[in-house]
Amino acid sequence: MIALLLILVPLMGGVASFFLKGEKGVKTFALLVAIVNFLVMIAALTSGNESAINFHSDWLPLLGSSFALKMDGMSKILCLLAALTYPVIFIATANNEYKSPNSFYGLMLLAQAGILGVFLAADGLLFYFFWELALIPVYFLCSKWGGERRIAVTFKFFIYTFLGSLLMLVGLLCVYYQTPDGSFSMQSLYDVKLTTAQQSWLFWLFFIAFAVKMPVFPFHTWQPDTYEESPTAVTMVLSALMVKMGLFAVVRWLIPLFPAAAIQFDNVVIGLSVIGMVYASILAMQQDDLKRLIAYSSIAHIGLMSAALFVNNESGLQGAMIQFFSHGVNVLGMWIVADLIEQQFGTRKMSELGGLAQKAPTLAILLVIVALANVALPLTNAFVGEFLMFNGLFKFNVWYAVVGGLSIILSAVYTLRMIQKVFYGESSAVTANATDIGMMAKIALSVIAVAIFMMGVFPKPVFALVNDTVTAMLGIYK
Amino acid sequence: MNLILFSALWGVVMMFSGLFISNKSTARTIALTGAFLLLAANLLEMNGYSVINHDFKGMLQFERFNMLFLTVACGSLIIYFLLSSKEIEAVGNHVYEYFALIFFIMCGIGLVALFNNLLILFIGIEIISIPLYILTGSDKRNLKSNEAALKYFLMGAFSTGILLLGIAFLYGATGSFQVEKMGLPANDQLRIFLAIGIVFVMIALAFKVSAAPFHFWTPDVYDGAPTVFTSFMATIVKAALFVGFLTLFYNAFSNNYEDWKLSVALITALTLFIGNITAVFQQSVKRMLAYSSIAQAGFMMFTVFAINDMAKQGMLLYAAAYCLATIGIFSVLIKMKDYTFDGFNGFAKKQPLLAFVLTVCLFSLAGVPLTAGFFAKYFVLAAAVKTGTYLWLVIFAVLMAAISVYYYFRIVQAMYFKEGEGQDIETTPLFRIVMIAIAALIILLGVLPTALLNWLTLY
Repeated sequence: MIALLLILVPLMGGVASFFLKGEKGVKTFALLVAIVNFLVMIAALTSGNESAINFHSDWLPLLGSSFALKMDGMSKILCLLAALTYPVIFIATANNEYKSPNSFYGLMLLAQAGILGVFLAADGLLFYFFWELALIPVYFLCSKWGGERRIAVTFKFFIYTFLGSLLMLVGLLCVYYQTPDGSFSMQSLYDVKLTTAQQSWLFWLFFIAFAVKMPVFPFHTWQPDTYEESPTAVTMVLSALMVKMGLFAVVRWLIPLFPAAAIQFDNVVIGLSVIGMVYASILAMQQDDLKRLIAYSSIAHIGLMSAALFVNNESGLQGAMIQFFSHGVNVLGMWIVADLIEQQFGTRKMSELGGLAQKAPTLAILLVIVALANVALPLTNAFVGEFLMFNGLFKFNVWYAVVGGLSIILSAVYTLRMIQKVFYGESSAVTANATDIGMMAKIALSVIAVAIFMMGVFPKPVFALVNDTVTAMLGIYK
Repeated sequence: MNLILFSALWGVVMMFSGLFISNKSTARTIALTGAFLLLAANLLEMNGYSVINHDFKGMLQFERFNMLFLTVACGSLIIYFLLSSKEIEAVGNHVYEYFALIFFIMCGIGLVALFNNLLILFIGIEIISIPLYILTGSDKRNLKSNEAALKYFLMGAFSTGILLLGIAFLYGATGSFQVEKMGLPANDQLRIFLAIGIVFVMIALAFKVSAAPFHFWTPDVYDGAPTVFTSFMATIVKAALFVGFLTLFYNAFSNNYEDWKLSVALITALTLFIGNITAVFQQSVKRMLAYSSIAQAGFMMFTVFAINDMAKQGMLLYAAAYCLATIGIFSVLIKMKDYTFDGFNGFAKKQPLLAFVLTVCLFSLAGVPLTAGFFAKYFVLAAAVKTGTYLWLVIFAVLMAAISVYYYFRIVQAMYFKEGEGQDIETTPLFRIVMIAIAALIILLGVLPTALLNWLTLY
C-alpha cells in the first residue's frame, strides 16, 4: 500500500500543479509534494511489514497482467534516492525562473511518479508502462525549457530510447508466451526456462533498451547533448535517477530472465563498459563546458557500475548497489554547483571563470567535498562503492580492473582541473563581482555533503538494505 | 442486420428530405439523428433484438466480433458528425446527398463486416466504393478533387475486377460462394485454382485497404478529396475494409494458412516501410496523414497475418484507436488554412486545449503508452508473436514504429516548442467537449483496453 502511495503522491501532485496559478505558489506546492513523498518513503523504510508496503491489484486479467508493486532492497535504495533528490532539486533550483512554471513543476512531478513506478513494478507489462511514462514528461521538459538546440537533441534522445524500449517489448512478449500460466508477473517470467540459444538473442533485445538508458558505450551519443541542452533541474533528474533505471532494469529483469546469456556475454558487456569508462574520461578532460564535463564524467561512472553488475560476484554487486545511491547524490551535487555558477555568471565555460574561492568560500568548500566524492576519495561515499566494484572486477579479470582503473586517475585529473579553473587562479571579468551562494543552495548542498560523509564513514545500513537483492542475484547465477 | 437496414433506409430519408427542406443546416440534425439511430439499432441487435428475423441462408453471420466492430464504427460516425458536419455543408450545394452517400457507405460497411458469402462481400465493397468515388469528386470546381475522383474510380474499378476474378476462381475450385466451404477444394487438381483465387482476392483487398504495393492511389486521393471526406474514408471505411479482410481470411482461408502466410508478411513489411519512410518527407500535414494511414494499415495487416483471437481483439482496438485519433486530428486540420507543419507553430499558446487533445491523438497514433494506440499496437504485435514465426517482421515493425514517432512528433514540436503566431480557428463549445471526450476515450482505452474488449465476451 505504501508503494502505491509513493507513486500516487507525485502523480496527483503533478496533475494538480498544472491547474495552479502563480509562480511562488507552484514552487511551494511542488516542494511540499516532494517532501510528503520523502516522508512516505521514510515510512516505507521503517515499516518492517511487507504486506503494508507492497501492493497488488488486478489490472488486465485478459493479458495476465496485474498492477503489482513490490519493494526489495534495491528498490528501497533507489526509491529513497528518488524521494531524496526531488526536494533537494526543488530547493537548489528555487531561484530559477521558468516560463509557465505550473507546467514545468507538474511535468517534473509526473516524471518522478514514472521513475518510482519503474523501481517498484513487479509485473513485466507494468514495468514497461512506467518505463515509457517516465520518458514522456522528460521529453516535454527538455524540449520546452532547454537550450538552443533543445528540439533536435531531445528528439534524438526520445527516438533512441523509444526504439530501445520497443525492442524490449518484443523481447518481453517472447518471454511472456513461454510462461506456463500466461502471466506477466515477475515470478512467472523468472520461472520461464529458456534455452541458451533463445536467451542469447532475447538478451540483446532487452540489453539495447537498458544500454541506451544507462548509457553504455556505444549507445551514449545522445547523452552529453541532452544533458547540456536540458534545463539543469531536468538534467539532475536525468543523470541522478533516469540512468539508474537502466542499471536497475539489468538487475531486476535482464540477468534474472537470461542468466545463461548474461554469463555468455559478460565479456562483451564488461568490455564495452570499460572502453566507455576510459573513453568518456578522456573526453571529459577535453571539455570546457561544465555541463559537458559532468556528463562525460557521469558516463565513466555509469560504465563502472554496468561492468560491476556482470562480474557475478558479491563484491561487485554490493559495490554497484551502494554506488547507485552514491552516484546519484554526487552527480546531483555537481549539477547543483554547475547550475549555481550558470545562474550567477550566465556562462558554463571554465575558461571564462576563475578565482571564485575568495568570492564564494561556502560554495568552494561544498564543491570540493562533492568533487572529492566524484574522485572517490576515501571517507566519501563513492570510495566504498568504487572500491568494492573494482575489487569485483579484479576478481573477474585483472586486466579489466587495470584498464578501468585508468578512469579513476583520469577522473582525478579532470575533476581537480575543474576545481582549479573555476575556483582558483585570477578572477576573470565575469567573476569579478561574484557573491556567495544563498540560503537555499546552502541547504541543498549541505544535505548532499552530509549524505556523502555519512555513507563514506558508515555504509553498513545500506549494505544491510540491499543484502537481500545481492543474495538473490548470486542465487540466480547458481 | 439492423444496421444494414436502417442505414439504407436513412440514406433514402436523407435524399428525400433534401427535396422538401431547403434549409441546409437541418441536414446536420437529421444526419446526426440517423447516426444515433444506427448505433442504437446495432446495440439492440447485439442484445438480441433484431428488427426482422429472416433466414439469410447463411449468407450473413453475426459474430460478436463483427457486431462489436459495427458499434465502434457507429460511435466513430457520431463523433465524426459532431465534429465535422459543418464542414460537410461547406463542400458544395448538395448537402443532403453527401449525407445520404455516407449512410449508403455505412450500409456497405454493414455488409462487409457481416458477410458470410463472397457475393455479399463483393456487393458490400461496391456499395462502399461507388459513393466514395462521388464524395472524392464532390468539390466539383477543384481540379485536384476531380483528378482524385477519376484516378480513384479507374483504379478502384480495376481492383474490383480483380476481386471478381478471384471470387470466380474460388468458385471454380470449391463450387460455392459460401465462406465456410472455401478451404476445401473439390479435388487436388483444383488446388491451384484455390491458390490463384486467394492471391487475386488478397491483391484486390490489399488495394482497398491501401496496402503496399497497391497503395499508389492513396496519397493522391486522400490529398485531392475534400479534407472532411478524407477524414471519413481514411478511418471508418478503411477499418471496415480491414475487418472484412480479416474476417475473410480468418473464416475462409485459415486451412491454407501456410500457403499465403509469406505473401501477407511481405505485404505487411512493404506497407510499413513505404508508409513510414515516405511520411517522413512530407511537408503537408494532410499528405503526411495519408502516408501515415498507409503506415497504420501496415500494422493492421498484422491481424491478417496472425489470424488468431488476439488478432481480432487487436483489430477492434486498432479500429477504435485509429478512428478516434485520426478523426480528431482531421477535424482540427479542416479548420486550418495552412496545412503545412509550420502552420501548427505556436498552436499551443493559441489553443491550449485543442493542442493537448491533438497531442494525445498523435501519441496514440505513434503508440506511446497510456494511449489507446499503445494497446492497439501491443495486441497486433502480440498476436504476431503468438504465431511463433517470422519474428523478424515484428522487430521490423517496431523499427518502423520508432520512425513514425518522427513525423507525428513534428506536429507536437511545432505546437509546443516552436515560436509562431498560431492560426486562429473558430470552435464551438460542443466541438471542444467532443474533443475532450476523444482524449478521454483514448486515455481510457490506453489504461483499460478491456473497457472495449470485455464487450466481446459479455452476455
